[in-house]
Amino acid sequence: MTLQAPQLPTREIELVTDRRRLILGGGLVLGLAVASVKARAQTADPSRVNPAGPQPLSTDDVSAAAGEGFRGFAPDAFIRITRDNQVILIIPNVEMGQGIYMGESSLIAEELEVGLDQVLIAPAPPNEALYKQPLLQFQGTGGSTSIRGAWEPLRKAGAAARTLLITAAANRWGVPVAECVAERAMVRHTPSGRQTTYGEVVDDASRLPKPEQVALKDPSQFKIIGKMIRRVDTPAKVNGTAVYGIDVIRPGMKFATVQSCPWRGGTLRAVDDRAALAVPGVLQVIRLPDAVAVVGEHFWAAKQGLDLLKVQWNAGPNANMSTEGLWASMEQASNAARGAVAHQSGDFDRAFQGAEKRVEAVYRQPFLCHAPMEPQAAVVHVTGGGAEIWCGTQVPTSAQGAAAKILGVPPERVTIHNYLIGGAFGRKLETDYVEQAVQIARFCPYPVKMVWTREQDTQHDNYRPLYLDKISAGLGADGLPVAWRHRVTAASVTIRFVGPAGMRPNGVDPDAVEEAEDPVYGKFQNMLLDYVQWQPPEGLRVSWWRGVGPTHAIYVVESFVDELAHAAGQDPVEYRRKLLRNQPRGLAVLNRAAQAAGWGTPLPAGAGRGVIVQKSFGSFLAAVVEVQVADEGDVRLRRITVAVDSGITVNPSVLKQQVEGGILFGLTAALFNEITFERGRVQQSNFHDYRMLRINETPPVEVIHIQTNNPPGGIGEAGTTAAAPALCNAIFAATGVRLRELPVRRELLRKNARKRTLAPPIAAALGARLLTPAEEVRDERADANAANDRGELPLDGIGEP
Amino acid sequence: MRKNLNVNGEVRVVDVPPDMPLLWVLRDVLGLTGTKYGCGIAQCGACTIHIDGRPVRSCVLPASAAGGAIVTIEAVGNTPTGAAAQKAWLDLDVVQCGYCQSGQVMSAAALLARNPAPTDEDIDLAMSGNICRCATYPRIRDAIKRAARS
Repeated sequence: MTLQAPQLPTREIELVTDRRRLILGGGLVLGLAVASVKARAQTADPSRVNPAGPQPLSTDDVSAAAGEGFRGFAPDAFIRITRDNQVILIIPNVEMGQGIYMGESSLIAEELEVGLDQVLIAPAPPNEALYKQPLLQFQGTGGSTSIRGAWEPLRKAGAAARTLLITAAANRWGVPVAECVAERAMVRHTPSGRQTTYGEVVDDASRLPKPEQVALKDPSQFKIIGKMIRRVDTPAKVNGTAVYGIDVIRPGMKFATVQSCPWRGGTLRAVDDRAALAVPGVLQVIRLPDAVAVVGEHFWAAKQGLDLLKVQWNAGPNANMSTEGLWASMEQASNAARGAVAHQSGDFDRAFQGAEKRVEAVYRQPFLCHAPMEPQAAVVHVTGGGAEIWCGTQVPTSAQGAAAKILGVPPERVTIHNYLIGGAFGRKLETDYVEQAVQIARFCPYPVKMVWTREQDTQHDNYRPLYLDKISAGLGADGLPVAWRHRVTAASVTIRFVGPAGMRPNGVDPDAVEEAEDPVYGKFQNMLLDYVQWQPPEGLRVSWWRGVGPTHAIYVVESFVDELAHAAGQDPVEYRRKLLRNQPRGLAVLNRAAQAAGWGTPLPAGAGRGVIVQKSFGSFLAAVVEVQVADEGDVRLRRITVAVDSGITVNPSVLKQQVEGGILFGLTAALFNEITFERGRVQQSNFHDYRMLRINETPPVEVIHIQTNNPPGGIGEAGTTAAAPALCNAIFAATGVRLRELPVRRELLRKNARKRTLAPPIAAALGARLLTPAEEVRDERADANAANDRGELPLDGIGEP
Repeated sequence: MRKNLNVNGEVRVVDVPPDMPLLWVLRDVLGLTGTKYGCGIAQCGACTIHIDGRPVRSCVLPASAAGGAIVTIEAVGNTPTGAAAQKAWLDLDVVQCGYCQSGQVMSAAALLARNPAPTDEDIDLAMSGNICRCATYPRIRDAIKRAARS
């Protein structure tokens, strides 16, 4: 390590840093922020609450102000009200684009009887006891669990606090509680017209015993929940003032960027840093066991230095890892005689043998990178016995614990300041980037901001696993399945994150079979679903990715149901209707989507529609994707129609946002994305070869929201899980080519190369006898149905739900 | 290299390497972090700023080549089309994670300044260099049209 500090002009940095400190620092923040919110509140349009919106305070400074030293009303972990009537809501889940600051503040505000234009929002600090997510059972944000978990507790918190405030006011006036009402952070005694702010009774309310039971509002009384109210975090995100982890500036801070060993499990052997250290602005070269970092006066100096390092690596055990080899290993694993049984009912073998028709298929899904727009970044200042960390994380307590472990200190010596996240999609459930920043900062006598390059971010993500699914079904005389056999082979994400405690006793990873086990149709007759846990090479870690298990399973199940419909010579919508005869919520979304999409109406040559219906994360959703496939094989999205029943909806605008963006996110992956390894190295590096859908490729997306009174479902991932099967079903309708491997391979879709994909002989491997392939028949039917989808044949039975 | 930069109407003196992209001058030297780093190779548009009203990817523009009036997301609200775009973005609840939206607003404001009534094709042409990982594209398109009408 060399310290070489050229005198770069840091004056400007200091000026800005001082200003930042003023804005973000300590007690001042409250005063400034309160003033700005009050100014806005006066001009609030009650029909559109929050026209400009309070800025969420994306630091812990409000929590500091509202935490231990807080003077005022602090009835629970989520609500703080000051004597001057400032309401601060501490939001247990992290904001990464999904609108949870909006959703969870709505739940509290609804029952607390405050307007969203009257509140400040603060992210929860690490504290398992206070902020454990009820469904995940740890402090984290993921799996579309936030609203499902918070729905009752946060409304109850609001109702309990409101009850105390009303009681305090009623006691002060010596009137019955029943004669008082609360509204917009005020209590009013209805008969006399007397009123008081919440702030004026916070001390009294703090002395009252907590109510044991509170009544929650009837949904007909909701003022916020279910209304089209703008998100609270938007204004700061369109004027450059929103602060993400990568934007944090600390006094005296320096900048680092890093190159991890290109081979997973490899180590750093040697570094020649002479050229790097000669770059003006480069301060230090830091050697880590599996990475090398350069620290500079700014990112550019660090990056220039990094590019000039001559690094030698020990490639380690994965020097020859290739995607081809990994698939071969998966294939071998999948041929195991027995898998861990997730579900077994009836007698598959017998029903399969007796079936009128048998269909089988193998599906493969690639590694996927999260690729959030904000590259991984964290600011760390290691000080005498601990550290302060400024970053965005989905798992604040895990990040705190991981940092403390590296430093050899108790977790309470590590302070995590959590910030807005510039897209996560599961990426920030990982703490690797925080750990690496801590390792770097240990060598630095100043706060250091580690920023990953896009290349580092793409190549050193932990990817969504490869999935190999073998599936077969026997059809009865009516064309519906009478036997269903599905084997999932994949590395276990659950083992990585939760450990054996997350697995079922017989070795099933519940994530790997989610929605394969209990699809929207309910369980199939004579069904056998099992799981083979594939052991990835050491150092190759798999991770949660938007849609988690259901993204994998719904692609397989809904592609295969489509294949069965065509094998049975039936319209894919009509076929699903029959399967949904006892599933009213699934049937309702299917009918609405099909109707709105004009299912069965004519399309131009080369176009096709694909349909799916699903339940995931407690929400029901059907989608119709319409594509045009060119003779050269290029796929153009023409139109997307989605119908969704997510139960009671906290914010319909956010729901639509999530479904629109979620399905386009999934289509991006299905159309373009895979991470591949060659000689141990990741072959993709940036957005030119791991590419994103762009606006000129984006079709109109219609989202039909069906309001029901069912408990709220998760919605951040339901659009994503629908995407790939709807796309591939549409491509089949347009071309007759069934794609059983993602992403879409254009070369298979060129007009003169189009082939019917024959099902491979897998039944023996699955324990059933070898089949008499019914492929020839199936393909004729497929042709007829593709024609149907193009509107060349009349269809009936499409109508109102 | 010592250089005067006209940023958001103020002259700022910086002393930076000539090849240092303007993005890092803005973020790490001047502390204007509203302009974002996404790819570093002009693929994603998160770093879009205006120079004399034209949209520029600041991640590949060397500081030595950065002349003219530089406007960033922090000040684009002072321009008529910047303000109109920001308002339309709020009206239609465009934003999700928001990380790319500085660049989206800058590209949209520049489009509206030179074309007050853009067609879908105009929008495709002007906005296809800006990636949104949350895929807020349908709302971006609608918001540009709304801003154009205002």
